[in-house]
Parts: sequence; C-alpha cells; structure tokens
Amino acid sequence: MANYTQTFTKGLIRENPVLRLVLGTCPTLAVTTAAMNGLGMGAAATFVLVCSNIVISLLRHIIPGKVRLPSYIVIIAGFTTIVQMLVKAYLPSIDQALGIYLPLIVVNCIILGRAEAFASKNNVALSALDGLGMGAGFTAALIIMGSLRELLGSGTIFGWPEGGLIPSITIFVLPAGGFFVFGILIWLTNRLSKKLEGDTARRELTGRVCAACDTGGCPNAAICSLAAGEAADAEKPDVKRRESAHE
Amino acid sequence: MEHTLTVTSSPHLHCGMNTRGIMLDVLIALLPAAVASVWLFGWRAAAVELVCIASCVASEFLTRLILKRPQSVGDLSAVVTGLLLAFNLPATIPLWQAALGGVAAIVVAKQMFGGIGQNFVNPALIGRIVLMASFPAEMNNWVSPFSGTGADAISTATPLANMAADGGTGFGLGEMFVGMRPGCLGETCALALLLGGVYLVARRVISPLTPLVYLGTVGVMTWLLGGDPLASLLSGGLMLGAVFMATDYTTSPINKTGKVVFALGCGLLTVLIRQYGSLPEGVSFAIVIMNILTPLIERATRPLPFGQKRRLRRED
Repeated sequence: MANYTQTFTKGLIRENPVLRLVLGTCPTLAVTTAAMNGLGMGAAATFVLVCSNIVISLLRHIIPGKVRLPSYIVIIAGFTTIVQMLVKAYLPSIDQALGIYLPLIVVNCIILGRAEAFASKNNVALSALDGLGMGAGFTAALIIMGSLRELLGSGTIFGWPEGGLIPSITIFVLPAGGFFVFGILIWLTNRLSKKLEGDTARRELTGRVCAACDTGGCPNAAICSLAAGEAADAEKPDVKRRESAHE
Repeated sequence: MEHTLTVTSSPHLHCGMNTRGIMLDVLIALLPAAVASVWLFGWRAAAVELVCIASCVASEFLTRLILKRPQSVGDLSAVVTGLLLAFNLPATIPLWQAALGGVAAIVVAKQMFGGIGQNFVNPALIGRIVLMASFPAEMNNWVSPFSGTGADAISTATPLANMAADGGTGFGLGEMFVGMRPGCLGETCALALLLGGVYLVARRVISPLTPLVYLGTVGVMTWLLGGDPLASLLSGGLMLGAVFMATDYTTSPINKTGKVVFALGCGLLTVLIRQYGSLPEGVSFAIVIMNILTPLIERATRPLPFGQKRRLRRED
C-alpha cells in the first residue's frame, strides 16, 4: 500500500515534473499567463497522461522494444486528439487561450517521459496512479504559476475581480516574467523537497519521529537517541537505499 | 620596464583602491548630471533619484540578510545602481514604479546571481528594461525641461522620437549639449556626463577606450546611414550609456581588444535599433545584449602566454 501511496505522492513535490524534473517547460512558460489557462492545460495533460500510461502499461509486453517510441507517440497522439476535440466543443475559450499548445501535448516530454520511465515497466494500477500523481503535480505547478503571474501581471486571479486587485506589472505576463516566477518557484520547491527528504530519512531510520525535533526547540536534543540517529544518517551516503525504496 | 616587472615576495604595497573607493569616484562623477537633472526637471527629479537609491540599498541589505550572506551594502555599489537607474527614468514616473525598478535591478539582476561582481548584465539597465516592459505609458511620458512635472508640465516628444517621425530632432545642437531637451533624468545633459567621464578617466577608474569607440561607432554608422552624427551622439541615453553603463567592470571585457569589440558591438546595435527597430532608442538593449556576449568576447580575445601558438581547436 505504501508503494501505491508513494507512487502517487512523489509527483506532487519530490518529483514534481515541472519544478523538480524541469520537464514540460515550454507549455509551462507559454500558457501560465493566467490561472485559468494553467488549470486547463494541467487538466488536459493529466487526462492524456493517465490514459496513455494505462494503455502503454497494458501493451508493455506486446510493443517491441525497437519501435516503442513511435508506438508511444501514436497512443499519446490519439488521446491528445480526443482532448483537443472535447475542449474545442465544450470549452472554446480555453481552446482559444491555449492555442497551439493544446495539440502540442503530444510532444510534452512529461508524458513520453512517464511512458518510457514508468508505464513501460509497471503494472496498470501503478501506472495510472503515477500518471495521476504526475498530472496533479503538473496541474498544481501550472495553477500556482498562473495565479502568481496573473495576480502580478493583470491584478486578478482566475479573472476576478473585474478591475484588478493591484496595479498590474505587465512584465509578469510576458515571457521574461514567466522565467522570473519559474526560477523562484523552483528554488522554493527545492528547499521544501530537501526538508521533506530529511523528514523521510529520519522516519525510515527510527520508525518514528519526535514532534519536538521538527520544531527544533527540544531541550533534550543533545542527549536524544533519535537526534543522534539523525546525525549518523546524515553522515552515510545512503542515496541508493532510499531510491530503491521508492521504486 | 625592469622596474614594473619586478615581483617581490609578500607583503605587498597596494594603492589603497577598493570597491568602495571606486564606487565613490563613480558617484562623484555622476554628481554633475544629478545636479543638472534637478536644474532641468525640478525637485521631482531629486525625489525619483532618492527613491531609487533607497530602494536599491534596502533591496541589497534585505536580500543579503535573507540569504544569510555577508553584508555588502557598505561597498556603495547599490547607491550607484540606484542613481544610474533613476537617470534612466523620466521625471514623471510614479515613485512606486521607480522603487520597483530598484528591486528588480538589485534582487533579480544582481543578488540572485551572487551579488557584486557576479551579475552578468548591468543591474540598472535590467531595472529600466523591466519598467519599460511593465509600464510603457509611464516610461514614455516625457516633459519639457523647466516646465516641472505638475499640471502645467508640457508633454513633448524626445529628439529621437522626432527623428523617427520626420528626420529632424527639433532641437539645436547647443540646446541638446547642455540638456535642454526632454528625456530621462540623467541622460539629457551631455556636458555634465562628459565632465563625469573625464573625471573617471583622470582617476583611472574607467578606460577611455570603451566610450570613445562606442560613441565613434554610433557617429560613423549614423553618418553612413545618412543621419546627423552629432545629433545622434547627443540624443537618447547614448552619452550616459557609453560613459557609465558600457564601462561597468563586471559586465564588460577586461582587456583592450575585448573592450573594442564590446564597444563596437554596442555602437552597431544601438544604431541598428534606432534606425530599423520599433523602439526609438536602443542604448539599453544594445548594452545588455553585449553584456550577455561578454563571456564569449573574453574567450575569443584571451591573450596567449608568451611563445605559445594559437591552436585552431582548443581543448577547453
């Protein structure tokens, strides 16, 4: 069960496709001029990601290794076409805003990356969860980036309120501002991820973690066996062990 | 010759020149232009300059504090950046926008890359470009000198905008030399900027090579393209850019060949943007583009150790 939970949650922060793996940068920077566009792009890509992961996982013993990439692309393109038609029919405004980036989901490297790195090696349930987690991480990153850029660049969030909350700083809806926000978000995610990894390592080692240790205000820290364990953990490079635990 | 090449063991005497001293010299050199800006555009100019300096110094101090790095605010480089940024803004700019430019200059262009000596582009120019991209209306709101910035201020076009429109600047060369033309705070008075430049050269803070080649290239190129070379030298931010921006230590090449290549590139790009670009002025973009090319120029113009031959393909 832990394996399933981790397969889903790793895409949110620790292996966030945009902010940690730095994949799919082109749609990220291009469509996040508004929060709504980020949501639309994220949802569309998540749908394609989950569906293609499921199908590729089902076909993983059938597709010959030599032609796997073209096969993946055909599957992904199929689902992308479905999404494109659905969005065109029911959400024409989103279709307008996303423009060429909607059909370009076909070549989104997150989707091909997950197909190659995960779905082609794992069972259907895990692959679906992986797609869902990665898609959620992608969507969350896009919404956060879109909200920040929309708030600073146009003074609104999801188009609200009419006149704008704050005076707009146009550069944030231009590509340059996109890179500013992108860089700062990557920095924040790296810090957060480092902190989370530290917690996980401690939990793995001791089986439990003392709440006082997290706040850093424990008076017994100097003589605490948990804290001593943490120090020993920091010394030995056990990256391999931790990585195998994730698989 | 013998004397200058003698190397002794430590301790060495040094001339006492440090970052703060250099920055102080630059500030002294900027003073005439600052006085001219207040003379031409009134106290509003001083307010913009003070806000920019305060914003830059505060950004420098706070970023170093938050990032837990050694405090560097005492080297006065943030003051120079602030004043240069203010010189690149029109007198009518809302003060909060000027402050925002300072934050962009120091936090984004300078401290994010490691602080003084690490920035790859000129911070003040990035502040200006961020403001130009963000607030195009406010950044192009020019007023005539001596008309103040209040309700009775006279809005008018800059010489470069006039040139783009009908070929003539609309101002006499003498007027333009002392700065009696609309424009950014510190860029109009060529006389004051030249005084500052001569001071910096005399104090050996900057090499005269960069400004001379830059100005010369712009003059010659404009003349070749059928324009008025003198008017082109005295309009826009060219004088300010050539003397104070293109000579920035961190973002321009070190040796003479490199400086010449850098200044030539700045001049060519400036004229090309002025003549064929959609913007009337191109000094800031020209210098920033050449800033980005500086590492390549440095590599291409690296001097060889004596006796070594230049290989066609270098291993590095």
